Amino acid sequence: MNNLIRLIEGQARIVSDDPWQLHAADQGERLILPLAAWRERQPGEVLEGRAVSADGLLLQVDDEPEALQPFLSSLPLIAIDFPSFRDGRGYSQAYLLRTRLGWRGELRAVGDVLRDQLAHMRQCGFDAFAVRADKSVEDAIKGLEGLSVLYGRSVIEPRPLFRRGRHKEESRS
Amino acid sequence: MYQYDDYDRALVRERVAQFRDQVQRRLADELSEEEFLPLRLQNGLYLQKHAYMLRVAIPYGTLSAKQMRALAHIAREYDRGYGHFTTRQNIQFNWVELERVPDILDWLAEHDMHAIQTSGNCVRNITTEAFAGVAADEYLDPRPLAEILRQWSTVNPEFLFLPRKFKIALCAAEQDRAAIQVHDIGLQLYRDEAGELRLRVLVGGGLGRTPIIAQTLREGLHWQDCLSYVEAILRVYNRHGRRDNKYKARIKILVKALGIEAFAREVEAEWQHIKDGPAELTDAEYQRVAAAFAPPPYAALADTDLDFGTALAGDAAFARWVSRNVQPHKVPGYASVVLSTKPGASLPPGDVTSAQMDAVAGLAERYGFGEIRVAHEQNLVLPDVRKADLHALWQQAVSVGLGSANIGLLTDVIACPGGDYCALANAKSIPIAQAIQQRFDDLDYLHDLGELSLNISGCMNACGHHHIGNIGILGVDKNGSEWYQLTLGGSQGQQAALGKVIGPSFAAEQVPEVIESIVHTYVDHREEGEGFLDTFQRIGLEPFKARVYSREEVA
Repeated sequence: MNNLIRLIEGQARIVSDDPWQLHAADQGERLILPLAAWRERQPGEVLEGRAVSADGLLLQVDDEPEALQPFLSSLPLIAIDFPSFRDGRGYSQAYLLRTRLGWRGELRAVGDVLRDQLAHMRQCGFDAFAVRADKSVEDAIKGLEGLSVLYGRSVIEPRPLFRRGRHKEESRS
Repeated sequence: MYQYDDYDRALVRERVAQFRDQVQRRLADELSEEEFLPLRLQNGLYLQKHAYMLRVAIPYGTLSAKQMRALAHIAREYDRGYGHFTTRQNIQFNWVELERVPDILDWLAEHDMHAIQTSGNCVRNITTEAFAGVAADEYLDPRPLAEILRQWSTVNPEFLFLPRKFKIALCAAEQDRAAIQVHDIGLQLYRDEAGELRLRVLVGGGLGRTPIIAQTLREGLHWQDCLSYVEAILRVYNRHGRRDNKYKARIKILVKALGIEAFAREVEAEWQHIKDGPAELTDAEYQRVAAAFAPPPYAALADTDLDFGTALAGDAAFARWVSRNVQPHKVPGYASVVLSTKPGASLPPGDVTSAQMDAVAGLAERYGFGEIRVAHEQNLVLPDVRKADLHALWQQAVSVGLGSANIGLLTDVIACPGGDYCALANAKSIPIAQAIQQRFDDLDYLHDLGELSLNISGCMNACGHHHIGNIGILGVDKNGSEWYQLTLGGSQGQQAALGKVIGPSFAAEQVPEVIESIVHTYVDHREEGEGFLDTFQRIGLEPFKARVYSREEVA
């Protein structure tokens, strides 16, 4: 089991039958692979954008999200790797995929994915969270809510607070 | 002053509840120390040598008398009766207990304060100069934009795990009193010919292990583009800043590696995607925030006051204090007062007791509009004092130990807490500061020496900003013992410069004598009316070096 939480119509659900395998090896099915390995396994029709791949793509910290542009229509899933929860590159990668490259499919956080960062990930456009294997997914799901106030903006709320009617009403009741 | 609305209040309260839960989980061992570390840092909590230290944010160094009393309460109830004001306009409490930190944060939230992002690899407290809104040489008030940036950078989900800490400072006056050239981003605000607010954006400044003066990234940025442009810089940095070595992770290293032109191209390309979008600042928002900084109800006063003039003429000690500690004000009849937290050897620089905090709150209410500022030189400022009240204020400041007439002088030492508290320090700072203050306790002599800044850092993280002190002292570790390396010629402000290393380092007990040799060299070489920095720039390092090291051989 992948210790997976997925947002389904905005609701967080624990998913127990997730078929994807995050693998370095290239055996099996429904693999999530780094870009080079992914390309190697794809038939021409996938690379040319005429068919959807059977494999998901793993975006690593040094990868440029822009490099995925030619394949976006062929991808069933993109996972962004957090090698350490302290490495914040994945947040900007998610922003770029969602906001600039228009990725609408599943965007999954994998790696060192922990309860106290889930709300930030959600705000940056992740909609699936593969919580680190040694952690309780039931506990981690509590971290998704985060704070009710976001001053700035995010992927899921592109308007800063000052464009959400703050100056019109002195207080919210 | 900016007043919290329900959004601000909800955010700080929810944040405290969140952290209370995280502390509970840490105490129950559900969170490992490694997992807890960035969470506590982003709530201002460090683990030092002997205890936890809580760093409370004082946004752009502005607080009310009521908030000062709230800090005094924390010092009394949760600490050992004092707090330490820092070079980034915050206050640190050095002896707090982890279990009680959520209660302290609750208390802060009740007083519209917090400790959010005073540490960690994120955007830190936004700083500006202590005289914002009142300085006579100010082009405009930097506080509205500082507050807007504070809000924008608070819990901004994309930028909470940057490669390294990120410091932004603003300056909107002719003189830079906010050290913007040694910040990750420095914003110089000004008005163009049409009267419109514009920004010069500096980037890649910083002290620490690799001190670098910031470079100009962009001129003439429209104020509406401030947030989107800073967002573009942060996104480029978050994606491309180094993460393999914490000493190479600040944005200054990225700017240096790419070169300012290439870095500027990256930022510009990123910015093209987001400018003119929802991040563009609106006039309504600027006005909403700026309204909070409207001038207080000043009285219409003559610029000269007879009683003040009489006191100046009749009381030499008062006149001396006025010459150092009183700053010109943009409103006739008013002045800004600097209360020195550097009384000499009796208290470490920047340390203020809870009784003193209460006293300052009282002075701010009696002789001002209940507002207090923290200067990055670690002193406290009462921004709006009638000249007629200066003499009475001075007497009361002296009676609570905050009336030293030494602002900008050698004993106005800027120092980090150093090895007495800090786990990172190579050497102690406070005893060095105290030994120097003790050696130079003759006020007449100090005033004769004139402007001379002395900064002490206990390690190369440079919290005491030693690189930009006219005399800089850096604690270094040599085979397990504490030594001190001296630099000369550093300066802050528009002409910011990094000091030059004078030579091999010194033992702690040598430092006061070495400082004395440096001062004597200056006195011997200075021309009529020439300050230390000017003399240094004219004669260079050699005469100082020759005297300091020949003395040492003789000794």
